[in-house]
Amino acid sequence: MVDVRYDIAFKLYPYEKTAAIGAAPVRHPVVIIGGGPVGMAAALDLGRKGTPVLVLDDHEGVGQGSRAICFAKRTLEICDRLGAGQAMVDKGVVWNVGKVFRGDQKVFEFNLQPEDGHKAPAFINLQQPYFEKYLVDAIRKAQSDGCPIEIRGQNAVTGITVHDDHVGVDIDTPDGPYQLEADWLIACDGARSPTRDMLGLRFDGRVFEDNFLIADVKMTADFPTERWFWFEPPFKDSGASALLHKQPDDIWRIDFQLGWDIDRAKELKPENIRARVDAMLGEGADYTLEWTSIYTFQCRRMENFRHGRVLFAGDSAHQVSPFGARGANSGVQDADNLAWKLDLVVKGRAPESLLDSYSQERVHGADENILNSTRATDFLTPKSAISKVFRNAVLELAQKHAFARPLVNSGRLSVPCVYDGLSLNGPDDLNGPARSRVGASCADAPMADGFLLEQLGGDFTVLALNTAPPDVADVDGIAVRTIELDTARDDPSGAIAARYLGEEPHGIYLIRPDQHVVARWASADAADIKGAVRTATGRGQ
Amino acid sequence: MKLNLAPNINDPDGFYDELLGAHSGLSKDESDAFNARLILVLANHIGDRDILRAALEAAK
Ligand SMILES: Cc1cc2nc3c(=O)[nH]c(=O)nc-3n(C[C@H](O)[C@H](O)[C@H](O)COP(=O)(O)OP(=O)(O)OC[C@H]3O[C@@H](n4cnc5c(N)ncnc54)[C@H](O)[C@@H]3O)c2cc1C
Repeated sequence: MVDVRYDIAFKLYPYEKTAAIGAAPVRHPVVIIGGGPVGMAAALDLGRKGTPVLVLDDHEGVGQGSRAICFAKRTLEICDRLGAGQAMVDKGVVWNVGKVFRGDQKVFEFNLQPEDGHKAPAFINLQQPYFEKYLVDAIRKAQSDGCPIEIRGQNAVTGITVHDDHVGVDIDTPDGPYQLEADWLIACDGARSPTRDMLGLRFDGRVFEDNFLIADVKMTADFPTERWFWFEPPFKDSGASALLHKQPDDIWRIDFQLGWDIDRAKELKPENIRARVDAMLGEGADYTLEWTSIYTFQCRRMENFRHGRVLFAGDSAHQVSPFGARGANSGVQDADNLAWKLDLVVKGRAPESLLDSYSQERVHGADENILNSTRATDFLTPKSAISKVFRNAVLELAQKHAFARPLVNSGRLSVPCVYDGLSLNGPDDLNGPARSRVGASCADAPMADGFLLEQLGGDFTVLALNTAPPDVADVDGIAVRTIELDTARDDPSGAIAARYLGEEPHGIYLIRPDQHVVARWASADAADIKGAVRTATGRGQ
Repeated sequence: MKLNLAPNINDPDGFYDELLGAHSGLSKDESDAFNARLILVLANHIGDRDILRAALEAAK
């Protein structure tokens, strides 16, 4: 028996009886539990690198109801590398303008004003089911190209047994249970992670005593494609804050902050939701309720994302409040960080200890996200009388004075973290721009044809700017690609020089498969590159 | 720059008068709100995080 916990929006991996039932347990190099955005991104990345991967999900497709709507540039860049980014951008709603109101007064307006010369927009709004569907579409495409990815729908993991050299997995299906073995297990089974519970691992943090009501409504309205956020909204019963934001297919996300002591069942009654939405949109507004939900949230994380042969990624490892759109976005970055490392370990090209750096780096990212998300939440829901006094002082001042606007925090939107000072980093011997320092993810830039990140792909890459690259094709079996650019010829907009050289005439970057900078030099020889690749793959110098 | 904790205000009595004057006629809540705005305005003028941190410390 496999419980159905939610309805399906797209049935993408219908149940099929596996031959594994009734047979001796088969050993798999990598098994992923959970086919949400993070599990699917990890599967796609590993499979495209040629590492066989099996995804077990207890449903037959993507759950209904959007949850995440806001996807950030770095996520779109990662998905682009995985062959799914263009579909997301094509379907998504690109937005740049946000307005912040208090009551019926506009406090201020911002424009994200994305920097020119990036393939991906700063943000898109896209319903999470589409985001997941495009990842699965890319998996189907990869499978047809021969990538070793398998998805088993309605396969629920019910037990985990950790051994020294593998993990035993118990699975339930409509045709009964079976077992398999995994060299490595990635738990992408969401915030309530059964894997985490089965291993008895803790998930500590802070619970925020607040309830948010979401109503995704379908209507053809001529509100602009902007993010509208109200503190103390003027509409009847709309709670302490409210949000209105556009998604594709004429769907609008409406969010009301209802407070702690509420009667969930009552607030979720369609007539009560409609009363609130009517008050916001105006009497007689013509809309249908597509999806409604009440959520509370926590900011918490596991202490360590690696437990021997079990790795945790996405919401199973860390959870943040939705303000700032850091959940799925950071989870996809987990997958991006883990896939190349696990691929090298599975292929015997890097020591298992490389996987400790996954935990180190992504704990660092999770802490940054939790910090940002906690600060936004403290602004939205002041925890004491005086914090409310300051919050309102900021909002009042922001109406009149520009200086106070940066203090208004209705969610700081997701940006990738920089792995400053962490163990895989090599030398920073170029006096280049801070944004491209060691540990940062590479900034995109236009080339004569296409974009820089498309060129970087997903291998270790030496990027030589205005100087001859050392001749390194391989370091202990790990492929190293070389891109040699002459900015006078290959940098039509000047963005590559601005973003990677600054005032320097030339430089050499070593870039990881996840497009983070390993090391950079004014000039480097083969020994420098080899040393840095070894450091970046967990083998010291 | 260091936080200046030496006397620095011309005509201290006059300033004190103006400060209290700004609160005159305000309710407790309005005064609290005014103080908060004033702190934010002054903090922005100072800007320097080290000095602001030292000021938070000095005010304890
Ligand atoms: C209201 C709301 C708004 C949000 N907005 C944003 C946003 O704008 N941007 C953003 O980036 N994030 C946002 N998020 C967060 C985002 O939805 C999550 O971070 C994201 O879904 C996490 O992905 P995941 O793959 O880790 O887990 P999940 O999406 O939870 O997927 C887990 C999967 O594991 C499966 N599973 C669970 N148990 C088992 C088992 N025993 N066996 C097999 N399979 C199992 C589940 O069925 C599911 O398919 C929002 C969240 C909420 C609640």
